[in-house]
Amino acid sequence: MSVFTRGFHGRRRDDDGRLPPGQYLTDDFPVLSAGPTPQVSLDHWAFAVRTESGVERAWSWAELTALPSETVTVDIHCVTRWTKLETQWRGVSLDTLLDDVETAADFALVHSYGGYTTNLPLDDLLDGQAWVAFEYDGESLAPEHGGPARLLVPHLYFWKSAKWVRGLDLLLQDEPGFWEQLGYHDYGDPWREQRYQGD
Amino acid sequence: MARAAVPGRLRARRAWRPAVLLERRTESPSARTLVLGVDAWAGHLPGQHIDVRLTAEDGYQTARSYSLAAPAAGDRLEITVQRADGGEVSPFLTDELGVGDRVEVRGPLGGWFVWRPADPGPVLLVAGGSGVVPLMAMIRARAGVSRAPFRLIYSVRTPDDRIYAAELRRRAADDGGLDVAYVYTREAPAGGSRPPGRIGADDLVVHGWPPDFEPACYVCGPTPLVEAVAGLLVGWGHHPERIRTERFGGS
Repeated sequence: MSVFTRGFHGRRRDDDGRLPPGQYLTDDFPVLSAGPTPQVSLDHWAFAVRTESGVERAWSWAELTALPSETVTVDIHCVTRWTKLETQWRGVSLDTLLDDVETAADFALVHSYGGYTTNLPLDDLLDGQAWVAFEYDGESLAPEHGGPARLLVPHLYFWKSAKWVRGLDLLLQDEPGFWEQLGYHDYGDPWREQRYQGD
Repeated sequence: MARAAVPGRLRARRAWRPAVLLERRTESPSARTLVLGVDAWAGHLPGQHIDVRLTAEDGYQTARSYSLAAPAAGDRLEITVQRADGGEVSPFLTDELGVGDRVEVRGPLGGWFVWRPADPGPVLLVAGGSGVVPLMAMIRARAGVSRAPFRLIYSVRTPDDRIYAAELRRRAADDGGLDVAYVYTREAPAGGSRPPGRIGADDLVVHGWPPDFEPACYVCGPTPLVEAVAGLLVGWGHHPERIRTERFGGS
C-alpha cells in the first residue's frame, strides 16, 4: 500500500519498455566509484584469468587489443537509479578470453586496479553477455569511466561492470565483492530490482 | 569482512516507510533542508543516505537518493536538496512539497562513505557544492562526541551558493578542532586573497592535512571536482585506501 504524495505528477518518458523498475533515463554518463581513479600505464597493464587450481593465463595490452573485438550497443543501468540507453562500446568478449580455460568453476570474482572487486556467476560472463571493453562511443575509454579497460556486463547493475579491470578468479564457491560485502545484492538484476541484500 | 554500517534488521532498512514533511529551511537560493518525520527510526551513521520515493495519484513512482544531513533527532531526519533546474524530483522537493505532505523513505543506505565517531584520527573533508551535505552530517555528528580534528575545504561558485554558512562559521569559531576554508570558483567575496578558480594543490596544502598525518579523507561533489581532488591527494602522498569518494552528477 503506497503513500501518495500530494501534488506530485512526475514526468514520464516513453522508453519502449526499456527502463527497468525504479530507474530514470539520463543522457549524461554519471560516474560512481568509491575512491580515487587509479592511474594504470598500458606498459604494465595486464588482464589475468586464474582458475580454481591456480593456473593463470594473462594478456598484455597489446595481446588483448590484438584479439578479435566486437562493437556492441547496450543499455546500462546503475543502482543509483540512472539508466542510459544505447551506449556503444568496443571490447573483447569474455567468450574469447575464457574459451580455452580449463575450469569447473561456477563463480567469478573480478579484480580491478585500485583494489575493487565484484562477484558474479560465471554463466553471466559467457554466451555474448560480457566484454572487456576499452572503447566508449568510438574513443578510448576515459579513466573516470574505467579506462584503460573495464568489464562490461550490461544485463546486471553497472557496479558489476568493474572499472579498471585487471582480471578474474574462477571460483567453485561464490565470494562477495566490494559492494556486495557492504549490503548490495549478490546478483544485481535490474529487471528484478535487486539493489540490496534481500531485494 | 565489512558489515553494514548500522546493524539492524535488514527488512526494516529496505522497507519503504511513510515520512511526513515537518519543516523546510532555506539554505541557499537553490538549496532547502527538509526535515522528515519517520516513525521508529533506528539511527544512522554520518555519510549514509536514504532513498526518497514519490507516488503520483495514478500510481506512477520515482525515487532518488539523498544524503542525510545530520544525525537523527529522535524520529526527525534531515536531508538537504539542491534544486536541479529541469529535474523531475528536486524542484518538487525544494519548492512544492508542503509541510504535512507525505513521501516514502527507506534506509539508512550505504556503508562505505561513512565516518565513525569512535575513530579519533584526523579527518579531511573536501566538498563541492551540495556535496557538503554528507560531510556536514559528519561535522554535526562529531560535535560534543569526538575530539577528532576536522578540516573542511568547501568549493562553491559564489558566496551565495554556500550551504550551512552561518552554522559552519559558528561551529568553527566555538571549536578549535574544526577548521573551515572556502574555495570560490567563479566569484570570491571582496577582500579575499585568493582569486576565483578551481580547487588546486595549493588549496589542499594550505587548508588540508599532510599525508604523514594519515587523515581519513572524504571527498564529495561533482565528478570533475572529485576526480581532481582525489588525484591531487594521491599525488601528494595520501594513501588511496584512506580516500573515500562520493560523486554527484547526472541527476
